[in-house]
Amino acid sequence: MLKRDTRDPATRLRLLLTLLAIALLWPGIRYSELDLGVLLKADSQSEMGRFVSAFWPPAHGEEFLQLLWQATLQTLAIATAGMALALLLAIPASLLASRALSLSAASRSGRPSALGRLLRWPVRGLLIFLRSVPEIVWALLFVRAVGLGPTAGVLAIAITYSGMLGKVYAEIFESVDQRPAHALLQAGSGRLAAFCYGILPNVAAELLSYTVYRWECAIRASVVMGFVGAGGLGQQIDLSLRMFAGGEVASMLLTFFVLVLFADQISRLLRWRFA
Amino acid sequence: MNRLINLLLILCIGAAVVASFSYLGIDLGELGGSSNLKQMGAYVLRFLSPDLSAGHLQAIGRGAVETLAMSALGTLLAAVFGLLLALPAAGRFGWLLQSASRLVLNGLRAIPELVWAALMVLAAGLGPNAGTLALAMHTTGVLGRLFAEALENTPPGPANALRLQGANVVWAFCYGTLPNLFPQLLAYILYRWENNIRMASVLGFVGAGGLGQMLYVSLSLFQEAQASTVILAMLLLVFAVDGLSSWSRQRWVKA
Repeated sequence: MLKRDTRDPATRLRLLLTLLAIALLWPGIRYSELDLGVLLKADSQSEMGRFVSAFWPPAHGEEFLQLLWQATLQTLAIATAGMALALLLAIPASLLASRALSLSAASRSGRPSALGRLLRWPVRGLLIFLRSVPEIVWALLFVRAVGLGPTAGVLAIAITYSGMLGKVYAEIFESVDQRPAHALLQAGSGRLAAFCYGILPNVAAELLSYTVYRWECAIRASVVMGFVGAGGLGQQIDLSLRMFAGGEVASMLLTFFVLVLFADQISRLLRWRFA
Repeated sequence: MNRLINLLLILCIGAAVVASFSYLGIDLGELGGSSNLKQMGAYVLRFLSPDLSAGHLQAIGRGAVETLAMSALGTLLAAVFGLLLALPAAGRFGWLLQSASRLVLNGLRAIPELVWAALMVLAAGLGPNAGTLALAMHTTGVLGRLFAEALENTPPGPANALRLQGANVVWAFCYGTLPNLFPQLLAYILYRWENNIRMASVLGFVGAGGLGQMLYVSLSLFQEAQASTVILAMLLLVFAVDGLSSWSRQRWVKA
């Protein structure tokens, strides 16, 4: 009969890995000054308690609701205007960066010539640079350059999202069947015509759903960017936080949830209609 | 009819774009005007000579380590609390606890990291501690939900077999459920860590430590040379994380 082994044969290895992880993370605790106790300390607890207890009831004065409505509209407008500007830059950039419209690729079974790749590289590099700096950093820079307010938010969204959209569009163009476009190019059509009739019909649905999804992200981003002074709901949340106005913060967070849900529904509607 | 509705929707989108620009009062012509562009150009020029002195680089290195530590510990805390909340959220302790813990997870997840950071700065004071806690809060919501879904999807067979053999609930979970679940949990944790590194570098804008705080301070003091070095460091960090994650995905995650 088999002898029953009550020990876990992998115990030693697991213990070793755990110890290693702890040893690696130990200096991290010092660097991040981690102190969970601060949440349980009496004075910070009473401070937080007073702040959180002011959450109920959420502020709902006539004047405040007016302000809230304005801020919400501003957030929506920032996201929409930012996306529109981003598309202006992203569509030409994606056409330039994508290998799908390469003339040399059409006659070389999909692999563009070295020169073509060399010429596309600067556009790709530009797109990488635009999207690698987080949007909130762009917002911070633009607040310094063009002043407090929604313009900084619009520009920040336009720049970051044109980088993302341009890259993803270029990849979507390359991901579909290339033969129609190649056939058109080899038959002597122009690149734009080849794009419109060879590629666009296949990618339209995917382009649209990705764009709508990004618009949704832009709304969330524009709320967050308000914290560095780029207008909209975020700026109001920041102001109320600094004044310890719990009720106002609560109603603005609620508005934020409603806004996100609303954007979700709109994007679902658009995707369902067009895709 | 269908076409008409689609056309109407497109018109609505166009109107929304026009309305947004006019509501915000953005004048693109003025923004692209020569005096404005000149001013912006002058501002950009000041970023082109990054401060690479040893002292500043050392400070940046410290900031980067702080950012990494914040993200790692925040993710770890979130993984622990996320698993604790995922157990009831997957319906292991009855429907009452299930809906309660789902509500908590949704609330944690719905508030963005930066808002959590602003709240935590009020509670825990300025510094990386607030950032770590903020990351932990938001990530707990995300990981808790992902863990709960993973828990619901694991086959119950092995754990049931152990239970029938007389193992108690905890051992059945540890040796019946967890081994199946572990690769997925690890993948989620690493994915969130990657996100958190990026997030941790900007949480400092509201005073929560790391590289973001350095950037905010140096921009506020109009030290563009120092600020541009910090931005370079952020870019480097992002590229490193991207490269590492795509490499490790190719290496370890079998498609």
